[in-house]
Amino acid sequence: MKKLLTYLRPYRKECILGPLFKLLEALFELFVPLVMTDIIDIGLAAGDRSYIWSRCGVLVLLAVVGLASAITAQLFAARASTGFSAILRSRLFAHVQSLSYTELDSLGASTIITRMTSDVNQVQNGVNMALRLLLRSPFVVFGAMVMAFTIDVPAALVFAGVIPVLLAVVFAIILATVPMHRQVQAGLDQVTSATRENLTGVRVLRAFRKEQEEIQEFSRRNEALNRLQIRVGRISNLLNPVTYVILNLAVVILLQKGAVRVESGALTQGQVVALYNYMSQILVELIKMANLIITITKAVACGNRIQGVLQTESSQHSGAHQPGRQGRVEFCQVSMAYHGAAAEAISQVSFVAEPGQTIGIIGGTGSGKTTLANLIPRFYDTTQGQVRIDGQDVKSLDIQALRSSIAVVPQKAALFRGTIRSNLQWGNPQATEEEMTSALAIAQALDIVENKAGGLDAAVEQGGANFSGGQRQRLTIARALVRRPKILILDDSASALDYATDAKLRMAIAGLPNPPTTFIVSQRAASVRQADLILVLEDGHVVGQGKHQELMETCQVYREIYYSQFPKEAAANGKIR
Amino acid sequence: MAKSADRRRTLGRVLRYMGPYRLHLCGALLLALISVALQLYIPILVGNAVDCILGPNQVDFSALASILGWIGLVAAASALAQWCMGELNNRVTYSVVRDVRQAAFVHMQTLPLSYLDRYPHGQTVSRVIADVDQFADGLLLGFSQLFTGVMTILGTLFFMLRLSWQISLVVILLTPVSLVVAEFVATRTYAMFQRQSEIRGNQTAMIDETVGQMKVVQAFGRQAACQAEFDQVNEELRKCSLRAIFFSSITNPSTRFINALVYAGVGLVGALSSMAGGITVGGLTTFLSYANQYTKPFNEITGVVTELQNALACAGRVFALIDEPAQPPDPENPVVLTDPRGQVDIQDLSFSYQPDKPLIQHFQLHVEPGQRVAIVGPTGCGKTTMINLLMGFYQPDQGDIAIDGVSTQAMGRENLRQCFGMVLQDTWLKSGTIRENIAMGRPQATDQEIEAAARAAHAHGFIRRLPQGYRTVLGESGGTLSQGQKQLLCIARVMLCLPPMLILDEATSSIDTRTELKIQQAFDRMMEGRTSFIVAHRLSTIQEADVILVMENGRIVEQGSHAQLLARQGAYARLYESQFAGKPVENF
Repeated sequence: MKKLLTYLRPYRKECILGPLFKLLEALFELFVPLVMTDIIDIGLAAGDRSYIWSRCGVLVLLAVVGLASAITAQLFAARASTGFSAILRSRLFAHVQSLSYTELDSLGASTIITRMTSDVNQVQNGVNMALRLLLRSPFVVFGAMVMAFTIDVPAALVFAGVIPVLLAVVFAIILATVPMHRQVQAGLDQVTSATRENLTGVRVLRAFRKEQEEIQEFSRRNEALNRLQIRVGRISNLLNPVTYVILNLAVVILLQKGAVRVESGALTQGQVVALYNYMSQILVELIKMANLIITITKAVACGNRIQGVLQTESSQHSGAHQPGRQGRVEFCQVSMAYHGAAAEAISQVSFVAEPGQTIGIIGGTGSGKTTLANLIPRFYDTTQGQVRIDGQDVKSLDIQALRSSIAVVPQKAALFRGTIRSNLQWGNPQATEEEMTSALAIAQALDIVENKAGGLDAAVEQGGANFSGGQRQRLTIARALVRRPKILILDDSASALDYATDAKLRMAIAGLPNPPTTFIVSQRAASVRQADLILVLEDGHVVGQGKHQELMETCQVYREIYYSQFPKEAAANGKIR
Repeated sequence: MAKSADRRRTLGRVLRYMGPYRLHLCGALLLALISVALQLYIPILVGNAVDCILGPNQVDFSALASILGWIGLVAAASALAQWCMGELNNRVTYSVVRDVRQAAFVHMQTLPLSYLDRYPHGQTVSRVIADVDQFADGLLLGFSQLFTGVMTILGTLFFMLRLSWQISLVVILLTPVSLVVAEFVATRTYAMFQRQSEIRGNQTAMIDETVGQMKVVQAFGRQAACQAEFDQVNEELRKCSLRAIFFSSITNPSTRFINALVYAGVGLVGALSSMAGGITVGGLTTFLSYANQYTKPFNEITGVVTELQNALACAGRVFALIDEPAQPPDPENPVVLTDPRGQVDIQDLSFSYQPDKPLIQHFQLHVEPGQRVAIVGPTGCGKTTMINLLMGFYQPDQGDIAIDGVSTQAMGRENLRQCFGMVLQDTWLKSGTIRENIAMGRPQATDQEIEAAARAAHAHGFIRRLPQGYRTVLGESGGTLSQGQKQLLCIARVMLCLPPMLILDEATSSIDTRTELKIQQAFDRMMEGRTSFIVAHRLSTIQEADVILVMENGRIVEQGSHAQLLARQGAYARLYESQFAGKPVENF
């Protein structure tokens, strides 16, 4: 949290002036009982009407000045807190963009989103409240005490006694209930999950006739929640009555002592009234202070979580070399284990892809196909071995230049809000209309654009929700092709296309004048069948590499995959499944 | 008019739920009355005490002592009353919440699937959870706040008027000004907050999109462009947040200011009237205390009124759920079918989800024990409709389904569902251990039986490799298991019960082809000798089926065997041509 506060630096002036004006307001408030004392002791005693009028004028003046300083303080606090949170969000966003895939995986998108939205809001609220109240409330409490001491020391000792007691009670109750509130929340989560699960599984639950058991389970959780709620309610209910009693006991003592002092002539009646007024101010501010401390604790917790993200350093460092221009990809004894995983995702992979070749990567789910492909643009780093492009280790290359020479079509076809044109420009901001059209043609996506009103300028909703899965896939392929990459990676990106389109797409890519080195990751044997080199993966190991015919003869896993998809040929070859 | 009648009815329902706690409730109101009265009495006692302390040698110690004693007693009594009231309020509130939730959940179990399918689950969950909470907070706590607030205002007025009507007039006239100011600020800032949440929504959507797809952003090197776009929205948000926060934060200083004016006014009029002999210094002290407190209940009440309206709306939604008609009850003397052979007769069956869009019309089907019925058709053609009807999830509009000659209408629902084992494409697992999930249909099954079922479903291998084996706890909806593993567990679940008839949705599109083979084998083993209804995606299943039902747009358009249907050259032949024939992978 401390480090986050450095983002307040541009608002240093606001952070000092805000609380200062707030103190000013409090100070004026503290003068009020004194003025009232004068009215009683001087004005009333002397029967001086004009004095009373003038003193009340002073009260109004104090109120006006107090209002002015309060509003000034609110302005500074609002400016500092909103400015601070804007800087914080921007830094967070920039930082997240700088993280490598490894850190993005371990943080998780939903966590990052929570940090950037609700956590930042909480911190903003905390800063705002702290600037407004952190000094004010203690100032009023202790100011009231100091004022009491200036009136009369022996009577004011009551203040010195009662403030710590009240503080202790308020904090004891709040601290006792904080963990209980957490339990209540957990209990509510239990009830919520029971309800949600009952709904999502309604068909299965009814098929297995589980209604009565579900009701029993639900009532158990519901009862538990009820008991927790009543218990925490009982304790938090104590706050008001207990502080109320303590405060009134203090008033009783104060009046008793005051009476003795007045009898001896050390105090006036008006001063006793003033002491009583100061006593009343204390309680309100103490409760405000307790609430403020809860807000700040929450904000600090959120702040620490945000700082956790900011402290996550990217594990990758860019090299300085520029990549070559051919597109030759070489894996030398490459192994890679994900952060925190016990087993390697791929082990000891070696192969060479010559410029312009097509490489097929096939295997079951979780066999390491995507991992292998992700190593080429250095989305992840190898744990052993080297990935070389045109003879250079990818770790020695400038990472931006490396990635701009490669185009990836990811498994999940995601478009971004904007237009078809703006999405294609992701591939290449300078792309001309013709380049876009030809990329769309190769990706078999021309008909999508032609059939949408607005053509290239047709709107794309968030995530591309207004396109079908197949359309999205073809558009993401076009987006990659606009870049005219020297290496193209299609990560299972034709799964939503029918076979004919898939084949046309592959042919169109191969027919390019200067075809990129193309990696096709797929579960379909048909998609990789024509490749110059097929890598067969199982549990992270390459269990076969070669052309289709060779693998059919030598690689059992490949044969099994193939026959599971071409059962007729399996039957023809006498291999009954 | 209708709306207020609705509200009144909802309020009536709420009161009925409060019925069992009416003693608590009356107690709480009584205690509120006592505690407010006592609290308001204290400033008077303090005022009297101040009047005992006139000046040197003018202190009436004996009177003071008794007054101070009273202050202590009254404060203690008021605090006790306040605490007890809080306790009673809590009990009523949380118990009503519990009762309403329970009623809603119990009713949910009897709601027809037609209702549950129609509304998103999140909506129903939020009715049972969030709406009930809101209505408790607003209605019950708001109610007690409203009551104490009104009591405080009336009590203060009463005490003040008894002391001096002139000074009371100052308080009564000036206090509403703070309400007007608060209202003024609130209406002005409402639009700013609206705008803020709008921009915040935009920003969240952008964060959602960019962070969710950060890998793509990086792959295309779009960081700088995204940052520029982000900073632009961010700056916009900063500006409008600043306005919203600043202007809304004027409320507190403003009300404090009005309060200070009231205070000054009371001081002036009080002092002047004291000089004229109207009130004593003690009386003035009392007034000053009242002036300090008087605005508070007003502010609270304005808050409560909006909250009450919101709460009634929430209560209305919860009651709407509870009032939703339940599925028709089981027949009074149901025919009990034990161990049926599995002959199924569907006679003149008609069904539609919406009355104006007929789906299944006058459908006839006779299935011999042990036969396989395949249901085929393009995606979204309503294949699940048949499952819904067979399992009694939905009621046919007309016609009848009979098992072994017994109409399903004459059977109890539980009995009917007992006859079927069901594996759906949507692999749902309960949070709990793997063992509990497999044993769902027979909780008393032994470990050996469970393992045998898992073996038969080809699930034993991967279960054994899990850290806790069969005791591994699965999170909500199966946690970290792969889609294929979840499917195998669902099969094991049915394997353990092995009911006489099966309903299978064998879609396996998210599973790789080799795992799929295993699942297929498990299915085959299960279907041996059992009447089976299969939503078929696989050519082999379809060819081996005794009857194929071809569905299109929710309607059964053809039925017959593979050969018969091919010969008809109708919908099935077309479907077969486009989906299966000439395609290298049969289930695509």
